[in-house]
Order: sequence, then structure tokens, then C-alpha cells
Amino acid sequence: MPKSLTPPLARLKQEIEGHAREFGLDFFETIFEVVSYDELNMVAAYGGFPTRYPHWRWGMEYEQLSKGYEYGLSKIYELVINNDPCYAYLLESNSDVDQKLVMAHVYGHCDFFKNNFSFRHTNRRMIDDMANHATRVRRWIDKIGVEKVEDFIDRALSLENLIDQHAPHIRRNPDPQRAEDEMKSNERVEGFKVNREYMRGFINPSEFLDSQRKKVEEEKQRAKKFPERPQRDVLAFLLEHAPLEPWESDILSIIRDEAYYFAPQGQTKIMNEGWASYWHSTIMTRRALKDDEVIDYADRHSGTMGTRPGALNPYKLGIELWRDIEERWNKGRFGKEWDECDDLRARRSWDKKLNQGREKIFEVRKHYNDITFIDTFLTAEFAIDQKLFVYGFNDKRNSWEILDREFRKVKNKLLQQLTNFGQPIIEVVDGNHDNRGELLMAHKHDGQDLKGDYARETLRNVQSLWRRPACIITRYDNKGVLLRFDGQNHTEKKIDL
Amino acid sequence: MSLRIHQDHSRFKQIVRGKIKSNLRKYVQKGEMIGKKGKDTISIPIPFIDIPHFKYGHKEQGGVGQGDGEVGQQLSPGAVQPGDGHQAGQGEGDHSLEVDVTLDELAQILGEELRLPNIERRQNEKIVTQKIKYTGVNTTGPESLRHFKRTYKQALRRQIAMGTYDPARPVIIPTREDRRYRSYKLQELPETNAVIIYMMDVSGSMGDEQKEIVRIESFWLDTWLRHQYKGLESRYIIHDAVAREVDRDTFFHTRESGGTMISSAYKLCRDIIKSDYPKSAWNIYPFHFSDGDNWSADDTRQCIEMLREDILPGVNQFAYGQVESPYGSGQFIKDLREAVGDSTNVALSEIADKDAIYASIKDFLGKGR
Repeated sequence: MPKSLTPPLARLKQEIEGHAREFGLDFFETIFEVVSYDELNMVAAYGGFPTRYPHWRWGMEYEQLSKGYEYGLSKIYELVINNDPCYAYLLESNSDVDQKLVMAHVYGHCDFFKNNFSFRHTNRRMIDDMANHATRVRRWIDKIGVEKVEDFIDRALSLENLIDQHAPHIRRNPDPQRAEDEMKSNERVEGFKVNREYMRGFINPSEFLDSQRKKVEEEKQRAKKFPERPQRDVLAFLLEHAPLEPWESDILSIIRDEAYYFAPQGQTKIMNEGWASYWHSTIMTRRALKDDEVIDYADRHSGTMGTRPGALNPYKLGIELWRDIEERWNKGRFGKEWDECDDLRARRSWDKKLNQGREKIFEVRKHYNDITFIDTFLTAEFAIDQKLFVYGFNDKRNSWEILDREFRKVKNKLLQQLTNFGQPIIEVVDGNHDNRGELLMAHKHDGQDLKGDYARETLRNVQSLWRRPACIITRYDNKGVLLRFDGQNHTEKKIDL
Repeated sequence: MSLRIHQDHSRFKQIVRGKIKSNLRKYVQKGEMIGKKGKDTISIPIPFIDIPHFKYGHKEQGGVGQGDGEVGQQLSPGAVQPGDGHQAGQGEGDHSLEVDVTLDELAQILGEELRLPNIERRQNEKIVTQKIKYTGVNTTGPESLRHFKRTYKQALRRQIAMGTYDPARPVIIPTREDRRYRSYKLQELPETNAVIIYMMDVSGSMGDEQKEIVRIESFWLDTWLRHQYKGLESRYIIHDAVAREVDRDTFFHTRESGGTMISSAYKLCRDIIKSDYPKSAWNIYPFHFSDGDNWSADDTRQCIEMLREDILPGVNQFAYGQVESPYGSGQFIKDLREAVGDSTNVALSEIADKDAIYASIKDFLGKGR
């Protein structure tokens, strides 16, 4: 079981926390627990939460983590939970320098959790809620049976990415009653208000009234359509409209809550890991590191920053980008004058000694997510410095290869990868498709096809919740396709888009 | 906390077991299992245990990477790592899961799936081995068995009781009386011993494909018998016109070009049994594989005679597998069927190709002998 800090570790914590505050980091109270490697693997398998609802996939995660450790392929160094207070885990066998590094890194995350806008709507008592979710699921297991519940969780998890990432920030239908009243008042179209009756025909010509009537009619049609507008939160739609048993909706809502809780972490991976790495490196090298710890620190730090050609390391990309922003704002390398300067030598020696870097990065960490972060701050110079490229699969050679180093393409690919965490955007477009109660979804195709076998299996799971045939419109090889699963068979129909 | 993950972990393993079971036929035909064998475990790839999502095919997707290289340069194999979709910069890839299964578990699964009866032991629990079992803690014992934790606990307890423990300076010094030692008992374990004597025809007509079949099949026979008996020995005999005993490696990799005299192998088999495996103490399993093309009817007659008189009376089961070769399938299995096919301890099986291994295992082990 986790242990609280030993006196020496408590002293280290105090020291690192002091440095972090001195640098202006602003975090929730942070509780460190000391765990053995096995315990760390367990907690990590549960996504950081020691109490989670029972499911085999945590067991699978655990198996993979422990195996990765046994074979020396991977080792978890830090694990932080976005909660108030923040919880973080320290590996008991780590050396002091490791512990300091991890603590400094953790304070970076905690500052980010507390201040970045993406986390503003997250549940800061998630640790309690996760435990409650576990209790609810256990209770259903006792009542319904483990097989049935687990089977349902499998299906629900299959749909867990069908949420609307931006939903927490949007308030929809602030007052449904008002919307309805407005609709009623629109039923009779009288045109603009007329004071003198003889001017009616002039102010409201019949064509105008007709077009207004048509508009109202369309509006009503749309209202009848359900959902009114395409809905990205497929889980919410199912919760509201699928004929679920009480226990099924309860579990589905748990899966949805947890998906929303984790969504901001997916949206800010590069920023958040970069920020934490920036701070562990700053705190360690400027303050906490002792002479005899330098080699170990450098070894650990470079281990985290290592890159492979076929993958982006969010720690590395993040920390470099934060440093780049800091340098640019220190030297005044931004704004009109900078943008318009095309004298390479002048650019290279450009230094207005503004020293606004620190201030700037603190501001950026508040208001951006990975997409806006990359979009705003990833410059051509940076992409060249960091040797970024686009890679793709060459079918003829049956291998991955470098496709392009052109800045625009690199940036676009990166942004595309980050959109909706690199997952397809799926919406419910019709809950009464063909007037037969079928569920119609649409994939907003952005040039990448869905993985076919997975799509069919997922559709099967949607159908089993909706209890009626489920369909999805997508595109394969540039041709419109409607995939449909009716509970027995999969069909595929070509359609015009 | 620990309890929780162990429940989920064992549930996961149960699911994996089901997956293995449903794919067993495929695994049985595959030679690479044998190559992957660790000491006691084997890695089995389990397809598609991940929960399906709407997602992009990784190969269509591509991504952004970092490092040196010209446009058009290939990335080294393994450089592109399929990650989970939540990680920036990594696309989702096809991954199959490799799980470690113990050979014992694998044998169990095989048994359940093929409905193999447990083997009736002919010789029961004759040989006894000793095993050390640590049963408790004692106040005396050799230093090498000192129980550090218990010793210090005892010392701490004593110091607290005596009032000499200072939490600010937590120094604990165990005295002679504090020392604790692990204590053990010797357990006598009865053991049943068995021997498999593999014989293989390595004459010119037995090609690589045939040997591969023998290799795969004998792996499964081995696995099953090892599951049934604690101590299992294996001996290997190859023969063309003459027979000799070899090690395992040679057994599977020798190719000769001579003719075939099966009797030479049976003779050697008989002698090995006679000198090393008295039937009073051993469960004996001769397995012979050939394409059935024996040199002469006369040699076949000798074989049958030897089987009837020397081999069959002393063994649990004699098994003959006839592997089809490019030169067709020989006469030998028919001769055996006529002569000894009715004996309860004879198993005969024709193996046309790799697909037939599955059924052949059942031929061999289905009698439960």
C-alpha cells in the first residue's frame, strides 16, 4: 500500500515546492505517495486512480506495463492526477535525484491543471467520483451479474471517444422554454409591423411573406428532425434517446463522465508535458541539482527527451516550443517588424532585450490548447531546427518513409493529427432515419478513411445500444458509403455525397 | 488496491484463455510456437483484444516525425510505433497482444479443446523425490536463512518495550535473541516418470515439410505428456537403413538419402527400453514417424514381430504417425493396422499436411493411455 513520505523525502518535497513557488508556479496542494513498482503499475493501469470500476482492460494494461518493465522496455517515472488536491506517485526505489526531478515535473503539471483553460470545467473531486463510479458498477454487478455488466462496459467503451470535446465550454439551449415560446410566436407570419393599413402591401409584399413562411416552415421541419442539428456528443444522444435499462444508462453515463474528465489531457498533451519538462529542467538546473547528481540527472532528462524518427515525443516537442517562445519574447522576435524582416542576418542577431519571455509563457499556458499552441507558435524556423517531417506509408515498398519537410505540410499534418485527438469526428445526424427509427451517424471525412473492420465492429455496438439498425455515412476511396448494421448483417451501400 | 488489480488481471487472463482456445487450431499448425518457447512459457499473439473504436487506419494516416533524413528515405522498421490515439504525434496502429502462457496452461487448454482424457498411469508413484518447503520462523537456524525483516521487527519491539528506541534517531541493533530464521521441512513427493522415445524416418523421401510436421506434432505431444507426468524424459532415434540415437537438435535437422529399414529403429528402441527403462518404474511412449515406405515386406514382418513380442507388452502406448510425402504415402500403416491395429495400446494416425496435425494429436492422445 502507498506510504506517506519519509522524513528525507518530505524535506525534498519542501525544497522543490519552494523553488516551484519562487518561480511563480501556482498549483493545488500536492500529495505525494510512495509506492513500489508493482503498485505504480497498478495505479497506472487504472489511469492514475487507485479505485476504478472493475474491468478486464485494466488487467491488460497492467500486464503490458509490468511486462514492459520486466523486459526493460519502459519504466513509469511520474504519475499525477488532476484533482484538488493533486495526487502524485513516487517510486520508492528511485534515487534522490530522480525523486527531485519527478517532484519538479509534477509541480509543473499541477500548475498546468490549475491554470489552463481546458481544465477549468474538469471535476476536481474526480478521485472521489471515480470511487463512486466503482461502487455503482459493483452494485450493478451484484444485481445484474458480472457477465452482462462487463459485456455492456465493453460495448460502452467502444463508443467512449464519441463525445464532443468542446462541449464543456459551450452552453447550449440556455432556456429551452424560451426557445419554444419563440417558435410558437413565429407560427403566424405577419411581416414587419404596419402602422398604416394601406402600406401593408408595400412594406410586406407577398413574395416576402411567402419566403418568410417558408423559412418558418423549414425551421419547424428542422425542429421535428431529431436531433435538430448534428450532435457530436453521440453518448449523450444515446443516453437521452436509446431504450436503455436503468443500469445501462447508469454505466454509459459513467463512461461518458470519465471520457470528459480525461479529454482535456488529450487536448493539451504537448503543452502539458512540455510545461512540466520545462519546469523540471529549470528547477533542477537552476536550483535543486547537487554537483554529484549532474550525470544522473542528465541521463534521466535525456532519456525523457529522446526521439524516434517515426513518432513525436510530446515532452521534447513541448519543451522546445516553450523555450522557443520564451526566447522569442525575450528577444522581441515577434510582431510586424519581425514578420516583415527578411534579412536573414538581421533575424539571426535580432535581440531587443525585451525580457518578456517568462511572462509570455505563463500567459500562453493559460489560454491555449495543443491545436492553438501549435498553430500560433510553431514557426518555420522551429520546424527546421527540430527537423520535423511528414511521414507516410508507401504501399509499394511496404515501409514507412519521409514524405515532406515543407513547413506548411508539417504544420498541417500536425494540426490534423491533433484535431479531435487524432480521431475521426462522428455526429448523430438522424435518430429516425428513413422514418424507421434507425440511427444515422455521419463521419466528417477529412481525407482519411476509417479503419473498416473497426468501424463495422463499432457499428455493431452502437446498434446493440440503440436496439434498432445503426448506420454511418463515410467515404472510402473518395466514394460515399453508407455502412449499416441491422442486428444480424452488415451492409454497405454506395451513396452520393 | 492490490486485490483489485489482481481480479481484473485474472479476468483478463480468462478472456485471453478463451481467445487461445478459439484460435487453438491455428496455433497448433504453426511452427513458430516452438521457436518462441521460453523456459516454461510461450508467447502467443492474441489478435484483436482491443475494444473497437471508430478510428483511422494508421497506414492511411501517417504522421509527423522528427530527425534526420532525406525526403523519400525509408524509416527503419519499428521506428513507427503504433501508439494510442490519445497521444499527440502518434497514430493508432494495428497491434496484436503477446501474452505469456505457461506450457502447463497450454496443455490444459489443448486438453479441454480436444477433449483429451487424462492418461491412466500404468506405473504409479514409484519414484520419490524430496522437496524443501519453508514452513515458518524459528529462533535458531543457520545464518544463511536469517529472516531480516522479522529479526528487525523483533529488535524494534524489544527496544520499544525497553524504552531504548529513539524515533529521532531510529537505530535498531538486533541482539542474539532477536534473530529469527526461516524454518523448513523436507517433503517427500511421489513422482511418476515417463519417457517418450521419438523415432523418425530421415530417408530421402522425408522432406523438410514432413519433418516440420513431425516437429510440430511432437511439440504438442511433449507438452501434453509433460502436463500429465512430472518427470518426463525424451530420447531420439533417427533411421534410414540403419538407426542411431541422437540429440534433439540432430533429430529434427538430419537428412539422409538412403533407403528405409524401419526394423532398425524398432530394434534400437527395444534395446533402449530394455537397458534404461524397466517397465516396473516407467511409463513408456514410443512415437514413430515415417512416410511409410519401408524397404521390404520382410523388414515390415520383422517390425511387427518386434512390436508384438518386445515393445507392446511393456509400453503404455505405441504410436505411429504416417506423414504424407511428395512420393505419396506408403504401405506401412496398412500393414500395422492389419497386424496390431486391434491392440488397445496402439495408436495409428495418417497426417496428410499441417492442417491434419490437430486431428492427429487426438488420434495419438485420445485413448488416454
